[in-house]
Amino acid sequence: MIRSFITTFVAFLMTAHTAFAAVEIQEVTSKSGIKAWLVEEHSIPFVALEIRFKGGASLDAEGKRGAINLMTALLEEGSGDMDAQAFAQARDALAADFSFDVNDDSLQISARFLTDTQDEAIALLRQAILKPLFEQSAIDRVKSQVQSIIASDLKDPNSIASETFARLAYGQHPYASNINGTQQSVAALTQADLFEAKDRTMALDRLYVGASGDITPDALAFLLDDLLLGLPESGAPMPAQVTQSLQAGVTVVPFETPQSVALFGHNGLSQDDPDFFAAFILNTILGGSGFEARLMKEVREERGLTYGIGSYLVPKDYAAMYLGQVSSANDRIAEAVEVTKQVWADTARNGVSEDELSRAQTYLTGAYPLRFDGNGPIANIMVGMQMQGLPIDYIPTRNDKVEAVTLEDVNRVAAELLRADDLHFVVVGQPMGLQSTN
Amino acid sequence: MRLASLMLASLLWMPLTAATTAAAADNVTTFALDNGMEVVVIEDHRAPVVVHMVWYRAGAADEDPGKSGIAHFLEHLLFKATDDMEAGVFSKVVAANGGRDNAFTSYDYTAYFQRVAADRLELMMRMESDRMRDLRLTEDDIETERNVVLEERNQRTENDPGSLFGEQRMAAQYQNHPYGIPVIGWKHEVAQLGLDDALAYYQRFYAPNNAVLVVAGDVYPDEVKRLAETYYGVLEPTKDLTARARPTEPPHRAERRLVFEDPRVAQPYVIRTYLAPERDSGAQEKAAALTLLSELLGGNPATSFLGQQLQFDSQDAVYTGAFYSGLSLDDTTFGVVMVPTPGISLSEAEAKLDAAIAQFLEAGIDEEQLARIKAQLRASEIYGRDSVQSLARTYGAGLTSGLTVADIQAWPDVLAAVTSDDILQAAWALFSDRKVAVTGYLRSPTSPEAASQVSQ
Repeated sequence: MIRSFITTFVAFLMTAHTAFAAVEIQEVTSKSGIKAWLVEEHSIPFVALEIRFKGGASLDAEGKRGAINLMTALLEEGSGDMDAQAFAQARDALAADFSFDVNDDSLQISARFLTDTQDEAIALLRQAILKPLFEQSAIDRVKSQVQSIIASDLKDPNSIASETFARLAYGQHPYASNINGTQQSVAALTQADLFEAKDRTMALDRLYVGASGDITPDALAFLLDDLLLGLPESGAPMPAQVTQSLQAGVTVVPFETPQSVALFGHNGLSQDDPDFFAAFILNTILGGSGFEARLMKEVREERGLTYGIGSYLVPKDYAAMYLGQVSSANDRIAEAVEVTKQVWADTARNGVSEDELSRAQTYLTGAYPLRFDGNGPIANIMVGMQMQGLPIDYIPTRNDKVEAVTLEDVNRVAAELLRADDLHFVVVGQPMGLQSTN
Repeated sequence: MRLASLMLASLLWMPLTAATTAAAADNVTTFALDNGMEVVVIEDHRAPVVVHMVWYRAGAADEDPGKSGIAHFLEHLLFKATDDMEAGVFSKVVAANGGRDNAFTSYDYTAYFQRVAADRLELMMRMESDRMRDLRLTEDDIETERNVVLEERNQRTENDPGSLFGEQRMAAQYQNHPYGIPVIGWKHEVAQLGLDDALAYYQRFYAPNNAVLVVAGDVYPDEVKRLAETYYGVLEPTKDLTARARPTEPPHRAERRLVFEDPRVAQPYVIRTYLAPERDSGAQEKAAALTLLSELLGGNPATSFLGQQLQFDSQDAVYTGAFYSGLSLDDTTFGVVMVPTPGISLSEAEAKLDAAIAQFLEAGIDEEQLARIKAQLRASEIYGRDSVQSLARTYGAGLTSGLTVADIQAWPDVLAAVTSDDILQAAWALFSDRKVAVTGYLRSPTSPEAASQVSQ
């Protein structure tokens, strides 16, 4: 039975590239020159809109860490002639959703609104973007929420691990500290700091927009000016490239908890590196999320040392890292770390097999169209493509780029990129048999 | 601020839309196979993608006493060998076809699903039907996978004081019903689970007449029916499948209160859950009223009653919320939570929370707020059409939690028909009996409150 089964499976493989979502992207330019990418989809009467401002929380001014994060959280807490409650009521009455978020590299606004009440929803969103109040009572209320999150992070092994790793990896760069700020830095922030934080971050010279749903190009062009005109032309200068400071070794952060959390990594590859696709495929084979990835197979399936292990290329705008994470009971984490290093070293030395490569390629090419499942995800993908500088006709060419990678490419990149001796492990917990180096 | 998701992820807090992604019924076709397997087909032809799910009417609450965690453990073991497939091949084939697969276990169901290009549906059915009856487990599988599950428990529960606290509260809430036992199992029982336990559960519950097939996406009912008959239709049903009758709760005669202390707690909070009715087939009205009550009382903090009182007017709380999920085979819970601002003790917080609830009952329902919530409910049917996968989950979870297709399709109308009187009546009934409630304090042993109690 197994034989006949495999035959069928191979037959299926051969048609893997045929099922492709037909996503047609148009570029729309408003009268004032604001650009957006659009996928028209008129079958459901709503629109998903994704807006990004490049730079994000890394644009915090000197001594004002946490200002941009706090400002972002306050955009929905009062604007125009509305306080937080009136704003929420108006939004709910329109059944619109707005979310405001920020990370190291961008500030993100996601909106979803019904075609019927599009004008009202856009007017309301414009008010939040252009006329936030940053009232003292709202500042105090949201500050106490942020302080609560900061306090919780200090006692959470995963957060302790990421913060420790970031400090070691990113030196003096903004990436080295948490975007929330510290208890002290947040306490000191004033209303003036928040208005300044907004002008540093939300400006037209760093704006990217994607839209998907029940809207025509002409209507979107009007909407862009209605929504965004009036923002400053330019904001704060972008941060500098990170000077890498991560040394090989182990950092143990003692913390009383039954399971140790390990975060590990070394330098990675930037997204515009010619070898990025080869590295991306390599990582799918080494540390992807499926059970058949090498780390998952060796650490979980063969030895039962963890529930989950994975590795990730993390191409941030100003630093490229290659990171991984694994959690194991305190008396088993040392073995998990050891096996991880062995797999890393073995893959660098011996490369991957032709079979692994072709399975990873089939997986990646087949999974790609599954990403385009709904207006929100499509708008999101389009805004990401623009920020990466990808061409508007990239989508139908992407799988060819994956297919074009050869075994020689992957194994050459494996030998260069994977350096087991350079890995730094941050381990939070009470690990047995692991000590901090240096 | 998304404080709720950061701190209280274990509380079942869900946005309003999640409760109501009911289908425009014209896209949905249902039928049964001769061996008793139920089939739901949801058509969405926008993209050439399909979601294939098999849901078993068996979850953690159907385990034998002393075998906690076996439903979830077996879910892991279903990725091992069958008579036709070697261990690990299932996921390998799905991945090699560009798909994603996963599985989840709850109190009332265990579900397996794959998301693939629509032309791979037959392959998924071939493999999923194979492992419904023909799993071949070895002692080696058991040993290794049990360690994986214990590490999963470490990651989800042992490393998270909020989760440990949740387990203790549920154990106090349910005095007889197995909802008092964690889905992942008590650690000492999981450590003892063996091959025979896994096979006993498998043979008892994994059968076509105990399963629901949901196929959603770029498919047509006729084709799904033909394939389902080919792969699932040939499987032998289990003849003596008994009705799902779990031990039921005795009358609750005493309020329960507990304090959970852990040095890893950074943010203390007080939380109370009340035993509450769930959605019953043909009688979803009470659950609908409680669903709207949880929104009005403690949905979005900026518009809910608790949020306005305790986060805006008084700023006594960093976060407040109410939570309720009516999707459950047996009695569920309705909860309220308050995270106090620094300087306010948990007993003060509890008093303020109770005062706010009393005020809510006195003040009556804010009709404008109710109208806004209902507008959102109507819109969620439009937004819900954008995600065929969540629609598929709504059917799978509903059908394995004691509801029928008609119940699931009626739910938006049942919600829309709820009046302010219904909600107020439900609120009075709920909050008038503290004997069915469990009140919990989560705090660090070094908190001022804990220290003062030790010295008393």
